[in-house]
Amino acid sequence: MRAAVVVFPGSNCDRDMAVALKAAGAEVSMVWHKDASLPDGVDLVAVPGGFSFGDYLRCGAIAAQSPICKAVVGHAERGGYVLGVCNGFQVLTETGLLPGALMRNANLKFICKTADLKVETSNSAFTEGYNAGDTVGYPVAHHDGNYTADDATLAALKGEDRIAFTYGDNPNGSVADIAGVLSENRRVLGMMPHPERAVDAGHGGTDGQALFRGLVGQFVQA
Amino acid sequence: MKARVHVMLKNGVLDPQGEAVRHALGSLGFDGVEGVRQGKVIELDLADGTSEATIGEMCEKLLANTVIESYRVEVL
Repeated sequence: MRAAVVVFPGSNCDRDMAVALKAAGAEVSMVWHKDASLPDGVDLVAVPGGFSFGDYLRCGAIAAQSPICKAVVGHAERGGYVLGVCNGFQVLTETGLLPGALMRNANLKFICKTADLKVETSNSAFTEGYNAGDTVGYPVAHHDGNYTADDATLAALKGEDRIAFTYGDNPNGSVADIAGVLSENRRVLGMMPHPERAVDAGHGGTDGQALFRGLVGQFVQA
Repeated sequence: MKARVHVMLKNGVLDPQGEAVRHALGSLGFDGVEGVRQGKVIELDLADGTSEATIGEMCEKLLANTVIESYRVEVL
């Protein structure tokens, strides 16, 4: 599997993401925000965490307008896989690839801890390595992770089984405890918690490994 | 020409920052502050003749996230 990790000025989880993908068996290249196209043959684009463009205007708003994001949107529209974590999730909502928006945490505090998450669906390349109902521990580290969406969007997310992860103990005020959501074709996942920070025993847990293995596994079977 | 864009969270979207400001005003002894909503003001220096439609497009595409925010344009 070929993966590309997008790097914006202010990204800080890009290398962790690359390490996690490589450990799962992916070939990884890094792409810069000014690049207007993705490397040939890329199967997965990962949009990493950080503070792209200093979170100016709104988290992810400037990054979503960068040349590489136009290529990422094209990739997703062609049915390619996209994983957005933390700031990457914010970027994906700003591009419109995922519905809803991420607002300031309800308690206004930056939250940095390991969160227990419930896997809500195993019906996606990202979550097929888990069983629905499993509890996994991924670190969260964000100030703007308070997911919101209008009632119609929420009903669609629930009805179409597109909520991938929920918080056991909602840290940020997200509606319906939502921690991660899937696109309509289930190939784009955005989530605030960091699976790439839970892939090595040295991280304190390896619950994130199954996510990356599941993704990379999509391309091994062929 | 100049234009001023006011961006506010839509009605019905909880504004935790506004709430915090409301509490702080209460603790300063200002009674009766029933609600605070916090937004942004963006001032644009534009080429003369820029149409309101163009400014609206700027708002839709970048300045506001219309999922959660509304905007109002004031041409100065």
